[in-house]
Formats: sequence, structure tokens, C-alpha cells
Amino acid sequence: MSEPVVLAQNLTKMYKMGDVEVHALRGLSLQINKGEVVAIVGPSGSGKSTLMNILGCLDHPTSGSYLLDGEEVSSLRDDQLANIRNRKVGFIFQSFNLLGRQTALSNVELPLRYAGTSAGRKEKAREALIAVGLESRINHKPTELSGGQQQRVAIARALVNNPAIIMADEPTGNLDSKVGQEIIDLLLNLNKERGTTLIIVTHDPRVADQAQRIIRVRDGVVEEQE
Amino acid sequence: MTILQAFIEALESLNSNKLRSGLTILGIVIGVAAVIAMLAIGQGAQNSITGTISGIGTNLLFIFSGNDQAELRNVRPLTLQDAAAIADPFQAPAVDAVAPFIQGSNIEVASGGEQTRTSLGGVTPEYFGVRNYNVAEGELISEEHVLGRASVAIIGVDVAEKLFSRTEGLVGEIIRIEGQPFRVIGVLEKKGGSSFGSQDDIVLIPMTTARTRIIRRSADRVDIILVQAASAESVPQATEEISSILRSRHRTDIGADDFSVLSQQDFLQTVQTILGVFTIFLGGIAAISLLVGGIGIMNIMLVSVSERTREIGLRKALGARKRDILTQFLTESSLLSLIGGVIGIILGWLIAYVVGQVATATGNAFTPAVGLDGILLATITSTIIGLFFGIYPANRAASLEPVEALRYE
Ligand SMILES: Nc1ncnc2c1ncn2[C@@H]1O[C@H](COP(=O)(O)OP(=O)(O)OP(=O)(O)O)[C@@H](O)[C@H]1O
Ligand SMILES: [Mg+2]
Repeated sequence: MSEPVVLAQNLTKMYKMGDVEVHALRGLSLQINKGEVVAIVGPSGSGKSTLMNILGCLDHPTSGSYLLDGEEVSSLRDDQLANIRNRKVGFIFQSFNLLGRQTALSNVELPLRYAGTSAGRKEKAREALIAVGLESRINHKPTELSGGQQQRVAIARALVNNPAIIMADEPTGNLDSKVGQEIIDLLLNLNKERGTTLIIVTHDPRVADQAQRIIRVRDGVVEEQE
Repeated sequence: MTILQAFIEALESLNSNKLRSGLTILGIVIGVAAVIAMLAIGQGAQNSITGTISGIGTNLLFIFSGNDQAELRNVRPLTLQDAAAIADPFQAPAVDAVAPFIQGSNIEVASGGEQTRTSLGGVTPEYFGVRNYNVAEGELISEEHVLGRASVAIIGVDVAEKLFSRTEGLVGEIIRIEGQPFRVIGVLEKKGGSSFGSQDDIVLIPMTTARTRIIRRSADRVDIILVQAASAESVPQATEEISSILRSRHRTDIGADDFSVLSQQDFLQTVQTILGVFTIFLGGIAAISLLVGGIGIMNIMLVSVSERTREIGLRKALGARKRDILTQFLTESSLLSLIGGVIGIILGWLIAYVVGQVATATGNAFTPAVGLDGILLATITSTIIGLFFGIYPANRAASLEPVEALRYE
């Protein structure tokens, strides 16, 4: 069971702000295997979100190589990246990022639409919502849901395409600790039942301690793994 | 994403900001309505004038002195002798009847306390046959009236209405034309309105009387000679015969003719050309407002793209490709213009209809014509405008980097 899903080598990310160059990642390497639950921690500004965006194919690294599920993605074109994001990655954000005008069901359907799935789309979205315990809120809009429920919708949306990895950038950051723990339990349960790889960026040591492995990032490189 | 989904999503999104969508649509509505109404009115005017000219009769020819195709130093006026020569069946076998005509406009006609200004024609008996005019009551102007320079007049129904407030029992009444007394011997049959003004607003008197007492033309001079060809087919032949007679009489064998022979066809062509230009001009002005409506769409789409930057970022994070986003925004902008186009067509048609009603009520029979081509044109143009002005904002949305869009506040 040591097949790598994420294999990143020497990733760098540099932002140019006028004359100033900001090095968010400075030659970061890491490996994450299939089915693992990994927490990424580190001080603010250390490059965790930058790393997640690259691992989630939302952003290109300035240099370095990145194999996602065996596929080299650092050189892919935008549309191919969109396809990878759609099929292989489920993203969960700190601020939920649901479409306010649409129901929970439509929000969960969204990745299926972009995947071109038409048969049984509603059914699949409904199943995903049931899996996160929201069968009674299927036709609610985000404004009619609590923060925890909104994050559940976001999780349903992340898992509906059955991705290899679910990446969560501070998924509990906007929730109180009790509801946050429920969300973490839900994610861990997904990992147990479906074997989905989980990468969670967090500031909360209680969350990090539940991972199989903690990766500490500092100044754009991996400081230590445990 | 299928087209239908994109369509439904676009509708939902437009629906979520009704006032803004409504105002944007209004811009297109006004533009399209203006185009449709202008084209319809232009086309209606063309139909109505064309109809009037067609009503003249297909075998009628008009001879004027002068020639607008050439610069002439010495133009001989048309005379009664010219008319007589054309009437000669041996010289012009294709000609059936000839009616010389002199006219005066804005002639004062009065009776009792009432007075009006109208156009006056000095005619010979042939005129009635050639124009296919008849009297509703009384008699026509005869040879004796012409020879005797009789002070008799035939009046149109409009003149009768104005002077007597009735159109019957007028034979024997006395009217004053430019202060001189004339006896009414007949009332013309009602012809109905036309875009040139009413054909019933006229007074006809014997040519000799007109020349000596009202219009004052030098001896034998006439303004127009009306010619009836034997048939519609013989119009070209009659034109040839008339031209050669007048050429020899006016000694213009060499050089340009100093007269013009125009058939109904020639009139039709000229008028249609003028009205065509007129319609295009009106439509062009209206098209500018359509353009302004298009810019309104672009404006609102740009606002909408920047408001929804995060949404776009999220969609991209979930796997939307460039073209998915492009389709989404283009669908919205073309939907705006399509809805505007449909409402605009209906509104434009209503405007044209009302204009037609008003025109008819004021005595100018005139039906605006909304053609299928106009409707098609308006629909297609408004949709194209939506697409065209939507492309820039949509492209802007589609080119957003997902991370940056997600970070946008
Ligand atoms: N778009 C950008 N332009 C310029 N600099 C950036 C940009 N995004 C991130 N950075 C810089 O890169 C560094 C890493 O930022 P990043 O957001 O990855 O930190 P983080 O570890 O996620 O912090 P936090 O825990 O506060 O979320 C920071 O110094 C930040 O200022
Ligand atoms: Mg961060």
C-alpha cells in the first residue's frame, strides 16, 4: 500500500510583486501514498495554501515536478488541468465556497456537470448528500444552512466525482470545535470507507493529531515529517 | 454542460437580479422597436405611394418640358400644337388619347363666407377619359365650354366639403375662383386619400378659361401633356412616337431632347429609389440606438463578471474549462438581447400600428408593413449584438486564473 498519489519534487513558487520577489515555496519535496491521511501544518505565511493550490492543480509551480496519481501535471495546459481537477481532486475550502443562488443539490451537481455526466446526475448528487448526512436539506440554499451543514455540502461536492484525493485547506477554520470535529470525523470516515486520500491543512493541533502523518512546512520547505 | 443547462442557468442568474436585467433588456427593446417601427413605416409609405402611382393606370404617359438628364440652354415649352400633333393617329398610331393640362397651386376658392386654397387644373374634355375621372353628379367639361371660355367648374369632394359642408346638390352653385365667379357644373367622384395629399382637393375648369383668367399662360402653352397609350404593351412604342414627333417639332434632332416622357413605371422607379434611401436612413438611425443597447449589455456583463469573480474561480476549481465559462456568460448576454429583441419586435409593431391608425384618422390611408424579413433581421441582429458585446466580458471571465479568482474579495 505504498503507491504514491502525490509525488512532488523540488517545487518552487515565486510571486513577483513589482521589484520584490516572494518565494512562497523553495524546493519543496513530498510524497503522499494512496489512502493516507496527512495533515499539513506550519506558521502563517509558510506556504501551506500555496502548496495546496499546486497539489490541487489550481496553480502552476514556478519549477519542479509533480506527479498526481502517476500523471505529470506541472506541464499540462489549462483545459487539461481543469479535467484533472474535475476527476481526481476534491477541494474543500475554509469559507465553503458554495453558490448562494443554488440549492445544496445543484451545488453538489456542479462537478458532475463539468464532467459531462448527464445520466443519473441528480441521483449521484443525492447519494453524496446522504453520505454526509444531509438527506433532509437537499433542496435548501446555503443561506438556509448552518456553517457545519454548508461545509458538509462542500464535502459532498468534493466527493461526488469519486476523486483520488480530497484536499481541505483549513476546513474547520470557520467552525467551532464541536462542529469542526464532526467535519473531521466525516472526512476520516470517508477515508476509512472509500480509501480516499486526505490532505488537510490546519492550524489546530487537535485536528492534526488525528492524521496518520503530519508534515510541517516552514519558509516554503518541509521542515519535518512524523 | 449542454446548451439547455446553460440556458436554464443563465435564466436563473438573470432572474436573480431582475431590475438590472430588466433595464439592460430595455436598452435592446428600444433599439429593436425603433428599427422595426422605422422599417415598417418606411415600407408602409412606400407601399402606399406605390399604390397611388399604380392607380394612375399602366398605359398613361406624362410629357413635361425640360429634361433633367441634360443641361439645356433653350427649352421650348410644350404647346397645344404639340398635343394636337401627338393626337394625330397617323403620326402616332400607338396613342389613344391626348390631354393637355395646365395647373395652378394654392388657388383661392370661395363661396358665401367659406374659402379655401386648392390646386386648379385647366383641362380639355379628353382629360377625364385619360385620367378615368367621372362626376358623381352634374356633367363633365365639354368642347363647347372650352371653345366658349365658359366660367364653369367641376369640384372635388374635399373642396365641396370645405365650401358647402356637403357633397350633393351642388350643381348650379356659384363659387369664386381668385375672386371671379364660376358656376359649378359637376362634383367629381370621391377618389380617396393618398400620400401625395388628397386627390379630391381639386377644382377643374376649361383650359381656355384657366389660361386667360386664372393661371395666365402665354398663348397655347401647356404645362403637361397626358397621353393614353393604346395598351400597357404599347407604352414603349408610344414613347418612341411621341419623342420623334416632339424632336422634329422642337428641332432637337441633334443634341438632347428638351422634353421628357415619363410612364407610370418611371415614376414608380424614382419614387421607390427615394423611399428606399429614406427607409434605410430611418433604419440606420434606429440601428444606432440598438448599438447603444448593445453597449449596455457589455457594460452590465462586465459588472457581472467582476461581481462573480469568486464564483468563476470556484467553478474552475471544480473542473470548468475555459469554454464552459465562456458559454455561461455568452448565453446570459445573448439571452438578454434575445428577450429584448422579442419584446422590441412586439413593441415596434405596436408603434407602427398606432402610427398607421393616426395616419388613417387624419386622412392619409397608410398601413405600416412589418415584414417577416424585418422581424428576422431584428432577431438575428439583436442576438448577434448580444454575442458580440458579450464576448469581451465572457472572455475576461474565462481567462481568470482559478487561484486569483478564488482569492478575490
Ligand atoms: N498571490 C500572491 N502574490 C504574492 N505573494 C503571495 C501570493 N500568495 C501568497 N503569497 C505569499 O506567499 C507566502 C505563502 O502564502 P500562503 O498563503 O501559502 O501561506 P499559508 O501558509 O497558507 O498561510 P496561512 O496559514 O496564513 O493561511 C506568503 O508570504 C504570502 O505573502
Ligand atoms: Mg493559507
